Amino acid sequence: MEHIRTPKVENVRLVDRISSRKATLGTLYLTATHVIFVENAPDTRKETWILHSQISTIEKQATAASGCPLLIRCKNFQLLQLIIPQERDCHDVYLSLIRLARPVKYEELYCFSFNPQLDKEEREQGWMLINLREEHKRMGLPNPHWQLSDVNRDYRVCDSYPTELYVPKSATAHIIVGSSKFRSRRRFPALSYYHRDNHASICRSSQPLSGFSARCLEDEQMLQAIRKANPGSDFIYVVDTRPKLNAMANRAAGKGYENEDNYSNIKFQFIGIENIHVMRNSLQKMLEVCELKSPSMSDFLWGLENSGWLRHIKAIMDAGIFIAKAVSEEGVSVLVHCSDGWDRTAQVCSVASLLLDPHYRTLRGFMVLIEKDWISFGHKFNHRYGNLDGDPKEISPVIDQFIECVWQLMEQFPCAFEFNERFLIHIQHHIYSCQFGNFLCNSQKERQELKIQERTYSLWAHLWKNRADYMNPLFRADHSQTRGALRLPTTPCNFMYKFWSGMYNRFEKGLQPRQSVTDYLMAVKEETQQLEEEREALEERLEKIQKVQLHHTKVKSKHSEPSKHSGFSTSDNSTANTPQDYSGNMKSFPSRSPSQGDEDSALILTQDNLKSSDPDLSASSDQESGVEDLSCRSPSGGERAPSEDSGKDRDSDEAVFLTA
Amino acid sequence: MAQLLSPGAVLPGIGITSFPFFYPFKGLRLRDAWHFHPPERYYKRTAREVGALVLLPRAVIVPRAADDDALALSARFRRGGRFPVLSYHHALSGTVLLRSSQPLTGPQKRRRAEELLRAGLAGARPGARGFIVDTRSAQAAKQARVTDAGTEAKAAYRGWKRRHRPLERGRPPQESFMCLVEACGDLEQSIDHWLSRLEGCHWLPHVKEALSTTCLAAQVVAHREGACILVHGAEGTDSTLLVTSLAQLILDPLSRTMAGIQELVERDWIQVSGHLAPALCTMPTWPSHLFLDCVWQLGRQFPLSLEFGEGLLLALFEHAYPSPFGTFLCNRRGELWGLRTRTHFLWSGLNQPKEQRRLWSPIYTPSPLAIWPSVEPWSLRLWQGDRPPHLLPWEAHYSIYKEKTELLQPSFSLWAPTLNAGSLDSG
Repeated sequence: MEHIRTPKVENVRLVDRISSRKATLGTLYLTATHVIFVENAPDTRKETWILHSQISTIEKQATAASGCPLLIRCKNFQLLQLIIPQERDCHDVYLSLIRLARPVKYEELYCFSFNPQLDKEEREQGWMLINLREEHKRMGLPNPHWQLSDVNRDYRVCDSYPTELYVPKSATAHIIVGSSKFRSRRRFPALSYYHRDNHASICRSSQPLSGFSARCLEDEQMLQAIRKANPGSDFIYVVDTRPKLNAMANRAAGKGYENEDNYSNIKFQFIGIENIHVMRNSLQKMLEVCELKSPSMSDFLWGLENSGWLRHIKAIMDAGIFIAKAVSEEGVSVLVHCSDGWDRTAQVCSVASLLLDPHYRTLRGFMVLIEKDWISFGHKFNHRYGNLDGDPKEISPVIDQFIECVWQLMEQFPCAFEFNERFLIHIQHHIYSCQFGNFLCNSQKERQELKIQERTYSLWAHLWKNRADYMNPLFRADHSQTRGALRLPTTPCNFMYKFWSGMYNRFEKGLQPRQSVTDYLMAVKEETQQLEEEREALEERLEKIQKVQLHHTKVKSKHSEPSKHSGFSTSDNSTANTPQDYSGNMKSFPSRSPSQGDEDSALILTQDNLKSSDPDLSASSDQESGVEDLSCRSPSGGERAPSEDSGKDRDSDEAVFLTA
Repeated sequence: MAQLLSPGAVLPGIGITSFPFFYPFKGLRLRDAWHFHPPERYYKRTAREVGALVLLPRAVIVPRAADDDALALSARFRRGGRFPVLSYHHALSGTVLLRSSQPLTGPQKRRRAEELLRAGLAGARPGARGFIVDTRSAQAAKQARVTDAGTEAKAAYRGWKRRHRPLERGRPPQESFMCLVEACGDLEQSIDHWLSRLEGCHWLPHVKEALSTTCLAAQVVAHREGACILVHGAEGTDSTLLVTSLAQLILDPLSRTMAGIQELVERDWIQVSGHLAPALCTMPTWPSHLFLDCVWQLGRQFPLSLEFGEGLLLALFEHAYPSPFGTFLCNRRGELWGLRTRTHFLWSGLNQPKEQRRLWSPIYTPSPLAIWPSVEPWSLRLWQGDRPPHLLPWEAHYSIYKEKTELLQPSFSLWAPTLNAGSLDSG
C-alpha cells in the first residue's frame, strides 16, 4: 500500500487508560486494513487489531521524555494510547493513519478485500436472507387498501427511496408524483409499517415545501388516501419530529410543515428531537465524560447531564411511544417526517415498529427492521458514519441512538427480545467497520450501481450463522409482557434511562460486570438440552433392552456410547478478577508484587475467546482482559512499607484456595 | 456458653455485650495465638435448641496472648469500651481484620500501649505489619481530641501504619438518603434535570466511597500475609461496620451464601449497633441502607456470586426501618417475645419455604474467589428494582418510611445504645 510510510514500529508502549502508569511493550504494525499491536510478552503475545475504518480521530500529543504519544479514538468507542519512542516514527504512523482512516473511494474499503471463504452461491444466499418482499407479505400486504407501486422504478421519482414501495390503493401515480414534487428531495409519503390488527399504518416522508402559504392538491390528496386506507379512523396524525422552532425556521427557506387548515382531517404534532449537529455534540460531550480519569460521582453525573445524551434518547423514545400508542390503542394512522425524512424519521419509525410488533424483537425481525427503515429508505450511512472522507458536519450518531433505544427497552423488558446486548454491540461495530457491504453508500441506488451484492458479503448472514451467540436466554415469546405491543409505564420514569456502560465503556472490561448472566443461562440451557438428548437416547436403549428381554433372545446389546455431556465449564462461575485501583489520588497501602493477576486474567481471557465467535471483534477487542494491574497503584508520594514479601507470588492465593 | 470457651476469651459482664461477636467461618483453622472456640460445636448445639439462627453468644475473639487485664485496659482506652476484636480472619493469607472504636487519646495525646493490639500483631507472622484504617479524615481525627478521643499516635504503635479514608457519617448520609427518596418519588421531575438532582442528593458518592474504602481494607487483608488490619471511625458502630462487613462479603465466599449474609447481618449489625433490628427506632437508618445498597452494587457486578437475590435485600430494607412489625408478629403468636426472639423472628420469617422464590438467587454458583468490584462512577448504578412494574425500592419505601415513622411510639426504643456501657466508660 502506497499510503503506509512505515509498516512496523518496535518498542511501542500501549498505555492502560485506567491506570496510566501501566503500559505494555510491543510492536506496532500497519497493514492495508488494520493497525495491529502485538505485545512482547512471550507467553501471551496478545494482539489488538483495529480496522482503519474504525478510526475516528488520531491525535499526536507533545513529545515527552518517554517518547511521542499517539492517541487513537475509534468509532466503536475504543481508545488507544500509544507511546512511540522515535518522533519520526510517530509522525510516519500518524500521517499514514490519517490517510488510511479516510479513504476517498469505496473500493478502498475493507469489505472489498474481505473474504470469508464463501463461494458465490453462499454469498448470494447470504444476501437473500433478509427479504423485504417477504416482510411485506408477513405484514399482510398487498391488501385491498395498500398496493405495491412501481412509480419509483429505476429511481425515477426519488433517488433515495427504494424501487418497491407500498402506497394507498387510492393514490394514483399522478398523485404520488405531484406529492413528491411538494416534498423535500421528492421523498413522498410511503408506507413504513402496517398494523394488520386494525389497519392503522405508519407512513414516512420528508417535510412539505409549504413555506408560508404554498399548497399542493396532490399532497393533500395523498394524505387523504392514507387516511382512507384505514377505515377505522376518520383522521390521521402528522408527526413532525423536529422542535417547533426548527420547523418554523424552515418555512423561511420554502420548506416547513403541514398547515392543519389546508389538510382535512389531520392532527398535527411536534415532537422535539434535536438535529444531527446537536446529537453529534452531545455524543462528543458524553465521550469526554467517559474519558475522564478517575472522576468523582459528581463529575460523572454532571457531565452526563450536561451532555444531554439521555435526554435526547428519551425524546426519541417518547416519539416512538406516541406513535405506537396512536397505532395500537387509538387505531389511527400516522405520517412521520422530519426535514429530509432519513434520520429522525428512521429512528422514530423503527422504535415505533419495535414497540408495536413482536416480530421485530426477534433476531431475524430486528435485521429486517434495520433493512426496512434504515437501509432501504436511504439513511445516509456513508455520510453519517464517515465511511469515506467527507464533510465532518454530516457525521452524527443517528443509528447509534436507535441502537441505544433498543438497549434501554431491553433493560425494561428483559424477556421481550430474542437477542441480547452483544447482538446490538456487534451491529454497531459493523456499521462502522465496513467489513460487510450492507451499510455502504447513502442509498439503494448507489449500492446497486456499485454492485455491492456481487462484490461484498452480507452482515446478516454472518450474524445469523453465529446466532447462538446472540440469543437472549430469558426470551419468552409467550409471555404476557412480550405479546403484542410493549407497554411502557404512563408516568414519566426518568430513572428508566441509564448510561450504557456496556457500549461506551465496552473496551474497559474492568468497569463491566464481571459475570454475565446471559452466558451463564445459555450454558445452563445447552446443558439441559444435552441431558435431554441423552435421556432420549437412554430411553430408546431401555426400550430395546426390554424388547430383547421380552423375546428371550440372546442378542447382546452394544455398549451405549459414552455420555457426551461434560458438565458446562466452570470458567463462567469462577470469573476471577483482581482488585482495582481503589486509592484514587489518595495514599494507599503498598501493594503486592507486580507479577500478580496473571492467572486471573488468563481465566478471563480464555472465557472471552470462547464466547466471541466473531473473529474480527475478538481480535480487536475481546482479548482485552481488562483486569487492572495494581502494581503501580501506589502514588509516589505515599509512605511505603518495605516490601518484605515481594519475592512471593501472591496471585496463587486464589489458586491455592481452589485446590484446597 | 461461657464454659465452652477457654478462659480469657470471654469477659462476663464488662461491656463485651456491646460488641457481641462470633466468628462464622466453619472449619477454619486459626493460629494458636488466637483464642478460638470451634464454631461447629456451637452451631450444632444452637441448631438443636432453637432450630434456627439465634442471637449469638456474648463473646468475642481476642488474641490468646492478651489476658483479661489487657482487655479491660484496652476497653478503657476506647470509646464506649469497644476494644479491638476480630471481625474476620482470612484463612488464605492468615490476615485478621479487627474493628474497634476510636482511642481516647485526648488533647494531651495520651499514650497507652495497647497490649491487645501488640499481642495481635505478635501472634501474626513474624515481621508482619499492622494497618489502621481510620474512616475519618486526618483533620476530623485530630479534632476528636477535643472530646477526649482521637486517633492512634504513631509513636505508641510501632509497626502499625495508619491511613485516613474519610467516610461521611451521621447527618449527611441520612439527609442524602431522604433527598434521594424524595427525588425518586417525584414523578413530575423532567429528565432535563434528573441527573443533577440525583447528583445533588449525593447518595451515590457515599456508595462509591464506602465501597472503595472497603476494597482498600480488603485488599490489604487479601494480599498482606499475616498482617493485622484495624478499622475504626469514631464510635465504631456505623462506618466501621460498613467497611468490615462489606470486606467480608468481598473476601469470604461463605458470607455470600444465604446463611452467611444472615449471620453477617445478625453479627455485625443487629448485635453491634442495632441497625436493621426491628425494635430500634432511635438509630439512624443510613448505615444499613448504605450497606444494602453496596451489597446490591456487588450483586450487580457479580450476579452469580451471591446466593441471595435482591428480594432479601429488599426484605432487610423493610426491616431496617424502625417498625412495629415485630410486635405484630408476637401478638399473633399470643406471646410476648423478648427482643432476642424478635430478631430471631426476622430470620425464621425469611427462611420460610414460601419466601424462597423471593429471596434466593436462582443463578447462584459457588465460587471460592474474592469478588473485587469496580468503584468507578460508570460501574455504579442507582438501585432500581429489577422486577416489573418498574419498582424502585426508594420510591416504594418512601411510603413505608413515612407510614412507619408516624406510627412509631417511643416505647419501641427498647434497646438503647447505653446497653452495658456503664462499667467501662468511666475508666
